[in-house]
Amino acid sequence: MELLKVEDIRKAFGSLQVLDGVSFEMEKGDTKVIIGPSGTGKSTLLRCINLLTKPDSGTVWLDGVEVTDPKTNINHIRSSIGMVFQNFNLVTHLKVLDNVRIGPMRVKRIDKKRATDLALEKLARVGLTDKVNSYPAELSGGQQQRVSIARALAMEPKLILFDEPTSALDPELIGEVLAVMEDLAQSGMSLVVVTHEIGFAHSVADEIIFLEGGIILEQSPPEKMFTEPKHQRTREFLQKIAHLDGYESRASEET
Amino acid sequence: MNQLSILINGMPLLLKGLVVTLELGVGFIALGLVLGLLLASGQIYGNRLVRIFCSGFVQIFRGIPAMVLLFIFYFGLAQLNINMSAFVASMIAMGLRSAAYQCEVFRGAMQSIRSGQVVAVQALGMNLLQRIRYVVLPQSLRYCLAPWSNEFAAEIKDASLCYAIGVTEIMRQGRYIITATFGNAMLIYVTVALIFLGVTSTGLWLLRRWERRLRVPGL
Amino acid sequence: MNLVFDWSWLGPLGRGLLVTFELTLIAVSAGFVFGLLLAVGRVYGNRPIRLLSSTYLTFFRGTPMLVQIFIIYFGLPSVGIMLSSFVSGVLALTLNSAAYQAEYFRGSILAVNKDEIVAVRTLGMTPLQAIRHVVIPQTLRMVIPSWCNQLINLLKFSSLVYMIRVPELMYEGRLLAMFTYRNFEIFLIVGAMYLATVLVLSQVLRVLERKVRIPGLGAKGA
Repeated sequence: MELLKVEDIRKAFGSLQVLDGVSFEMEKGDTKVIIGPSGTGKSTLLRCINLLTKPDSGTVWLDGVEVTDPKTNINHIRSSIGMVFQNFNLVTHLKVLDNVRIGPMRVKRIDKKRATDLALEKLARVGLTDKVNSYPAELSGGQQQRVSIARALAMEPKLILFDEPTSALDPELIGEVLAVMEDLAQSGMSLVVVTHEIGFAHSVADEIIFLEGGIILEQSPPEKMFTEPKHQRTREFLQKIAHLDGYESRASEET
Repeated sequence: MNQLSILINGMPLLLKGLVVTLELGVGFIALGLVLGLLLASGQIYGNRLVRIFCSGFVQIFRGIPAMVLLFIFYFGLAQLNINMSAFVASMIAMGLRSAAYQCEVFRGAMQSIRSGQVVAVQALGMNLLQRIRYVVLPQSLRYCLAPWSNEFAAEIKDASLCYAIGVTEIMRQGRYIITATFGNAMLIYVTVALIFLGVTSTGLWLLRRWERRLRVPGL
Repeated sequence: MNLVFDWSWLGPLGRGLLVTFELTLIAVSAGFVFGLLLAVGRVYGNRPIRLLSSTYLTFFRGTPMLVQIFIIYFGLPSVGIMLSSFVSGVLALTLNSAAYQAEYFRGSILAVNKDEIVAVRTLGMTPLQAIRHVVIPQTLRMVIPSWCNQLINLLKFSSLVYMIRVPELMYEGRLLAMFTYRNFEIFLIVGAMYLATVLVLSQVLRVLERKVRIPGLGAKGA
C-alpha cells in the first residue's frame, strides 16, 4: 500500500482556482520534489496534505487512513506528518531544546526524560548539540531551519513536508540545510519537498512533479525531466531556474 | 494649630483611606483581568455571536464615562430596589469597565503573535487549547505587559472616582480633614496627589522589573 | 419595575451636552498648544527646561484627574486665587490634557527622521527653523490618531467637573435625577448620550484621518 495518496485535490481562493484536480502517490522512502512557478499552489498542495488548508474537494490518504475524512482525528494525523516551513516558525520564547521536545511532550505525551533524550538525539543528527540552550533569535537562519527539522524528526513521523525550506536563507546557509535533507532522504525518510533548488532536486528526488496552472503538468524522475521534458512550459521553467542557479541542464543546451 | 501639624495628624486617616482605595483598585483590576481575558479570547476565537457580544460589551463600557457607570450601578440600581453598598457597586461597575479596557490590551497582544508559529505547532498536532497555552499565551503576556502597565496605572487613579458615590476612600478622608479640622485644601490635596503618584510609580516600577525578567531575545 | 421616560428631560440634558462639547473643545485646543510646547521643551530644551517639563508631565500623568480638579477648585482659593467653576474646570482639563498630548508629541518628534534635520541644517537653517519646517509639520500629522483618542478621552473625563458645579451633561443629569428620583432611567440616557457622541466622533475622526494621510508617513509608536 502506498504511504501517501493524494486524489483529485481542488482548491479555490475567491475566484482563483489554485488547485484544479491534483493527484499523485508515493511509497515509503520516496522523495518527491514539487517545482513550478510562484503562486501556482505548491504550498497550498502541501498544506492540503496535513489539512492546514482544507481542500474544496478531493481526498488524501496517509498509510491507509483518510486524512480528509471529517471524522478522523486530525491532530493525531498531524503528529505523524512533519512539516518544515519557509520562515522556520520556531516558537520565539522557547529555547532550542524546548522547541524540539514540546511536540513529543505535549502532543504525544511522552515523559520529560524520554522526550529530552529524543530531542537531544535529533539535534545531534542535525548538528546543533552546542545550541540546545540558545533562543531562536540567537541563531542564524540555517541553524533555525535545522532546529525546525529536528523538531519535525522528534515526532518520528512517517512523512515530512518541506515548504520552500531554503527560500528565506542567505545563499551561504542553504547548503547546510540541504545537506541535512539529503541525509534524511538517503536514510529512508519519506519527503515531499517544494523548492527551487534544482541541484537538490536532481540529486535527491525519486520523482519531480511540475505544478503549473493548478494541475500537474509533468511528473517524472529527475534524469528524464531534465533531459527530455515533455512540455514546452516545463522546458522554459527549467531553463529559467537553471539559469538562476548556475546549474545547466542538458535540455537547455539543446535549444 | 499650624497646617503642618494638621497634615501630620491627618496622615493616619489618609492612609486608612488609601487602604480602601487600593482594595478597590486592585480588586476591580483583578476582576477586569479575568473578565478581560475571557472577552479577548471570545473576540478572537469565538463564533460570530460571541464576537458581537464581546465587542458590544467593550464599546459600551469604554464609551460611557466611569462616573456615569458608578451612578447607574449605585443610585440607579437602588431605585430598582437592588441595594448594595457603595463599595460593592464600585467594584462591579469599575470591574466591568476595567474588563473592557483590559480586553483591548489583551486582544492587541494576542493578535500580534506571529501566526507562523501557531501554524507550526498546529502542524505538530496540537489542538486549540494547547496552541493557546503553549504559544499564544506566553507570547501575549510579554507583548501586553507594557500597555497593560499603562492601563494599570490609569485604573488605580480611577479608583479615586468612587469618592463620588460615597466610598470612604482617600479623597473622602482628605475632604474630612479639610472641612472638619480646617486643613489647608491645597496642602491636603497635593499630599493626596503625591500619595497617588507614589503608588502608581511603585506599581510601574515593579511591573517594569517583572517585564525585564521575562525578556527573551527576539520577542 | 416601571420605567419612565419624559421627553422634557432632553432639554436640560441637551444643554448639558453642549456645555460638555464647549469644555472639551477649549481644553483639547489649549492642551494642544501647551502640550506641543511642553514636548518641544522636553526634547530640545536645556537642562532646567527639560526638568521643569518632565516634572510637570510626571505630576499630571501620575495623579488622578479628580485630585487635580480639586487642587484647582478648592486648593487655589486657599492660597488666594479664586476662579469660577467653569474656568477651574477648563483649566484642570487643559493642564491634564496638555500632559498627555505632550507624550504623543514627544514620541512623534523623536520619530522624525534625524537625517532630514541634518539635511536642512546643512542648507544653513538654524535649529529653530529646522524644528519649524521639518519637525513640526511631520509631528502634527503623526499624532493625529493619538490626538483623536485624547479628544474622546477628554470628552468622557469632562464628566468629572460636575462635582465643581459646571453645568455640563453629568451635572444636568444629576440635577434632574435629584428632582425626579428617576436615577436609573436618567443616567442610562446620559450614558447613552455619551456613548453615541463617542461612537459618532470616532467614526468622523477615522474618516478625517484617512483623508490627511501621506504615504510613507506613519506614526511610529505615537
